Amino acid sequence: MLYREALNRALDELMVKDENIVILGEDVGLYGGSYRVSEGLVEKYGEKRVIDTPIAELSIVGNAVGMAIGGLRPVAEIMTANFSLLAFDQIINHMSKFHYMSNGKIKLPMVVRFPQGVSRQLAAQHSESYEQMLSAVPGLRVVATSDVNHAYHALKKAILLDDPVVFIEHELLYNKKGEVDFNDTQDPFKARVVKEGKDITIVSYLKILDDVTASVAAIEKELNCSCEVIDLCSLNPIDYETLAKSIKKTSRLVMVEEDHKTGGFGSQIVSWAAEELFYSLDAPPLRIAGEDVPIPYNRKLELASIPTVDSITKKVIEWGHKNGL
Amino acid sequence: MEKLIAGDIYYLMYLGRAFEYKAKEHYMTGDISGFLHLDIGQEALSVAAMKAFEKGDVFTTYREHIMAIARGMEPKYVMAELFGKASGVSGGKGGSMHLFDPSHFFYGGDAIVGGQIPNAVGCAYARKYQGNLEGVMVVFGDGATNGGAFFESLNIAATHKLPILFLCENNEYAIGTNIKRAAPFKEQYKKAEPYMLTKAIDGMKADEVYSAVKEAQSLIEKGHGPIFIEAYTCRFEGHSMSDANLYRSSQEMKHCKARDPLPYFKEKMLNSFNFSQEEVEALEKKANECVDEAVDFAANAKEPPLEALYEHVFYEELNNVVS
Repeated sequence: MLYREALNRALDELMVKDENIVILGEDVGLYGGSYRVSEGLVEKYGEKRVIDTPIAELSIVGNAVGMAIGGLRPVAEIMTANFSLLAFDQIINHMSKFHYMSNGKIKLPMVVRFPQGVSRQLAAQHSESYEQMLSAVPGLRVVATSDVNHAYHALKKAILLDDPVVFIEHELLYNKKGEVDFNDTQDPFKARVVKEGKDITIVSYLKILDDVTASVAAIEKELNCSCEVIDLCSLNPIDYETLAKSIKKTSRLVMVEEDHKTGGFGSQIVSWAAEELFYSLDAPPLRIAGEDVPIPYNRKLELASIPTVDSITKKVIEWGHKNGL
Repeated sequence: MEKLIAGDIYYLMYLGRAFEYKAKEHYMTGDISGFLHLDIGQEALSVAAMKAFEKGDVFTTYREHIMAIARGMEPKYVMAELFGKASGVSGGKGGSMHLFDPSHFFYGGDAIVGGQIPNAVGCAYARKYQGNLEGVMVVFGDGATNGGAFFESLNIAATHKLPILFLCENNEYAIGTNIKRAAPFKEQYKKAEPYMLTKAIDGMKADEVYSAVKEAQSLIEKGHGPIFIEAYTCRFEGHSMSDANLYRSSQEMKHCKARDPLPYFKEKMLNSFNFSQEEVEALEKKANECVDEAVDFAANAKEPPLEALYEHVFYEELNNVVS
């Protein structure tokens, strides 16, 4: 199954059971969704439940908030993360605050799906990531999904929860292949250890996690060590428990993210580790992140702006050598 | 309008004004803090619109104390919210600008100008989907009609023929900026005209507001789709307590106060609805007592406990739901 098919299946399985679930977004219906996530759903559930909206992101999220107040369970799609900036008033001032401001009287069971990240030469206005801003908003659950199995389970949970969830997908993952384990009982909103190890904890999420995984063999060989790789899965709240358990075991932390380094999400993980686990660490944490530049169009420049398998491998090995590995 | 409803409207208008003056007084003493937007002068619109739109759902702005009370929230719980107390309608976490009560289908209390309009449109979509055409009423000021949220909402509501009443309270001022300096014309219904049925009314006359909103709701209920009503009003106070109202001349304020909705409707009470002077005075006395009780209640109510800080950030704790 493909990542996009897993998301589609999660939507389909829940929509057939609960007619309160509706999808709204640009081209989600007749067109089938820009990344084909909602393909076939309008034929099955009709235009009242799979709603093609105007190009008006503020209203896509703002209407979803109102639908949730009115008793529906909307799943809104933002075509690409950059466009969500037009909806940030609704996401931050409305979606994340009504439950708290109303002292729990208002519930917003809603999901906003966010394809994001550096894809292939889409340039600066179609390539950004916003988890650093979104995860800093109290009251907003932020989930980032990196593989087929997790995508299926996490989207189902996001839809079933009575909390507002921003559900981050990566544009390069839609055609990623994998299997769904229908018996998976792990909480999809908790961090997952995707590879066990004992010397270095490498924390990542979304698409760049694949590059981390691909770089591990070379790192382990060169440093003669073993790496534990953790997929964060939930960026708010953060599953510090799973991270602490791993870092206490390995005594070393590497944080890898695709987004710009300054103010990036990984800075929260590293600052937390510095505050809470300083005496458990045998080396200064290493942060590998994108360059502090708008994403350029040219492929060579684009690749130079984000971590790659080669750059991750090289940086971790250099850091390892410097720090006694 | 029936006599009973007229009496109710006058009582709530009078109560609303007394409530606002008490709130002002307690803002001065420091019992109430933050931003406090008084609705004095606009009671006819706030009360009559709520009484006319008795079914359905309501979304409104931060100048909503009187609307909340007219919608059915008890004044003491509204005052307690202004005082930041645990028994306030939002547990002391919302304050004056964020009064929520889903049991009365009243969803704030939104302090982002125009931000509530897309929420109301979404709710109207949900209601139509559920086969309920009682309608959603969204109230906003003239200032909101210059923003993108407003135009997006007109477009979507008209495209889907949603059961929604856009009620624009045009008091001519966006804080201190006159509408003539922010829009090419004074009448904001012109912006809605290409999309839906529009109507302009005198928002200082409770009987006119009541019949226009009642008629709109009845049309919406029959499947008419969205309707826009613009009500011309005048607020007697500044935008909020921190606004000294220096941008309006004394002459303008004199014109404004000549339109006072209370004496206007009192005259209707006596001459059109056959209330006696004594009956009207009894309603006024009852309203004053209710406001005094509300202040006593709020002053003596408890503060929220510190633990409340962390409550209701999320509805579900992680792990509560198994997918």
